[in-house]
Amino acid sequence: MLLFLARRIGVMIVTALCLTFIVFYLTNLPAKLETLAKTQAGSRISDAEVASWLDRNGYNQPMLTRYGEWLGVVPGWTREDGDGDVTGRCYRAYGITDPGVAPARCGLLQGYWGESTRFRASVADVIPPRLGATGLLMMWALIVMVPMALIVGVLAGMREGSRTDRTLSTFAIASTATPEYVSGVVFIALLASSTAGLSPLLSSWGWIDAPVLFQGNARSALDQITFWNFTLPVMTIALYGMGYVARITRASMTEVMTQQYIRTARLKGVSFANIVLRHALRNALIAPFTVIMLQIPWLLTGVVIVEVLFSYPGFGWTLFEAAVNNDIELLLAASVVAVIVVLLTQLISDIGYVWLNPRIRVT
Amino acid sequence: MEAIGWPEILGRMALQLLPVWVALAVVFAISITWKRRLGLYGKLFDSRVGMVGFALVMFWVFAALFADMIVTHNPLSQISGMRNATPGTPLRAPAGRYDYFLLGGDALARDVFSRMVMGAREVLRIAPFAAMISFMIGISLGLPAGYLGGRLDTGLTFVANLVLAFPVILLFFLLVAPEIQETAIPRVMAGILFIVPVLFFTVLLNARYFTQPARRNLYVGAVMVVGLWAYSGLAFNADPLGIWGMSPNLLNVFVAVVFVNAPTVFRIVRGITLDIKTRDYVAAAQTRGEGPWYIMLWEILPNARGPLIVDFCLRIGYTTILLGTLGFFGLGVASESPDWGSTINQGRRLLTVYPHAAIAPALALMSLVLGLNLLADGLREESLKD
Repeated sequence: MLLFLARRIGVMIVTALCLTFIVFYLTNLPAKLETLAKTQAGSRISDAEVASWLDRNGYNQPMLTRYGEWLGVVPGWTREDGDGDVTGRCYRAYGITDPGVAPARCGLLQGYWGESTRFRASVADVIPPRLGATGLLMMWALIVMVPMALIVGVLAGMREGSRTDRTLSTFAIASTATPEYVSGVVFIALLASSTAGLSPLLSSWGWIDAPVLFQGNARSALDQITFWNFTLPVMTIALYGMGYVARITRASMTEVMTQQYIRTARLKGVSFANIVLRHALRNALIAPFTVIMLQIPWLLTGVVIVEVLFSYPGFGWTLFEAAVNNDIELLLAASVVAVIVVLLTQLISDIGYVWLNPRIRVT
Repeated sequence: MEAIGWPEILGRMALQLLPVWVALAVVFAISITWKRRLGLYGKLFDSRVGMVGFALVMFWVFAALFADMIVTHNPLSQISGMRNATPGTPLRAPAGRYDYFLLGGDALARDVFSRMVMGAREVLRIAPFAAMISFMIGISLGLPAGYLGGRLDTGLTFVANLVLAFPVILLFFLLVAPEIQETAIPRVMAGILFIVPVLFFTVLLNARYFTQPARRNLYVGAVMVVGLWAYSGLAFNADPLGIWGMSPNLLNVFVAVVFVNAPTVFRIVRGITLDIKTRDYVAAAQTRGEGPWYIMLWEILPNARGPLIVDFCLRIGYTTILLGTLGFFGLGVASESPDWGSTINQGRRLLTVYPHAAIAPALALMSLVLGLNLLADGLREESLKD
């Protein structure tokens, strides 16, 4: 087990390095750096000024060196000005101007994540609160999604081919066919529009005081989460992922229900409810567990869409803002977080699968 | 003129869609009459789910084909006074144009119905081909990885996992951007990705006919000529005759979508190959002395077709969703383009007041993907019955 873990973590680190380098390369293309220079130093500067700005700010070194600097394994660049002052990556990072005081290396490993040009703040200050906001959203989405998906899957799978199975399977297929930007738009039009859907009807009957039933904008959820401002984003995320998990659960459940030990239990005279709950369920939930863990990185795309659609300033929204505004360091940091989340969930799902399924032995 | 109500709107839309209904009726009549002679496709008409899915998919395929006959207005032209018009609003001065905006107007006073129909064309122009290229890449790499194993397998699996560990949305933000289009990256990736189908067909035919050099030379020669001709046009925009070509925008989107899809196909094909290569008929072929490529392409691949066809349908649907995502973030599409994703994106700003502009393309996209998923489900069910 330990060797398995060590090997998995080794592969994970290599993967993380490869991925971050690809992101670094793609965000630091010459065209993007030129855009950065123009946003920082004025949009009408000439090509020569762009070149000198890039040179002054350490962007003219080879890509690999700069990746090392960013990572914190290569000493940051330094340059002496004419009047004896020294500047450099690490001098700027900690706001130091005296020569020789700043540390040699400053990067991810030292905890320096760079500055965000979009939010005019340190990336290390921008990311955590937004990650927290997204964590809350994800938590609620999972709380809604997982039990519903498992119930739908188990109900559909316990009697294969029955009418319940047909209805629930069709529902699951429909939910996988509805990406977040579709369900979000439909939800808003149906429940959060003052001119269409249910809200005008309800408010004309006097059932609700506000003009709309649910709010189509979740910005207020940052201060206080209420049922009315958080339901739609949570439902939107949960719906798309639910169908997939439900289908896996159903497939796993139908397979378990054909096993010998279920037949034995039946012949023994165990009631159907007991068979499902005590004999089938535990074995049927191994596959969905893996899928639910792997679903988390997949939810990330949904989170970005939902946060942009409902203007909820979380991690996904930050990623979008960073990408749109060419905020290189913020985008890099967000990518690192995303990649780590993906790799960690993969690792947990692998370990969990081995742990839950005694038939699999790792050597 | 008065605005018309929903019954008349629906009636008029049904009338506009007449070519689609006729084509659907013809296809269904022919298919159901001869369903016993049509193999797996014919069996589809035994399953209700499969039939519903097939009808939904074909509805949009025909809508895309006959879009020029169906649209009521030019999807790009703005008509004064129709900004955010509600469904069924009459034109102020029709002047020979269609009298109503059936599904209303968008924020730029364009007809939502016509844009929705034209959007089908945008999506169906890319999604099936992107899925097809992804499949050829996945098959061409997955078969040897599964069959030959060893270092090749380790390397390819690592690369596939690397791409799969990338959050899709991040890949899109990084890969589909105007700055990227200025660099050589999309061209290089297209150069690598698009050569694979040509190689695939060359090897496929060579493995089958290498004992008959005359036929082999003819077939392989034909594939090489057509394939390299298309390749030069699609990947490098250097087609001497100018028939094959892609705008940088489209190429960028295409490459990104293929890049996201191919690793998943690779994993599926590799898994199936690992399973099938232990079968007796593979051992028989090995004993006969067949080459590895013949065994992979003519013994293993045909026997893996069931799950692959099912996944192909699902993958077209997933590609449609991905294209919608790209449009939703305004990535890699022209600002006027009527594709569903960007129409939803433009409509969402006024969503709470004028929902119709975003709802129409959203439901269109959903019904197409739903149709593909139901079709896949029907195919899976029928192929399992054998």
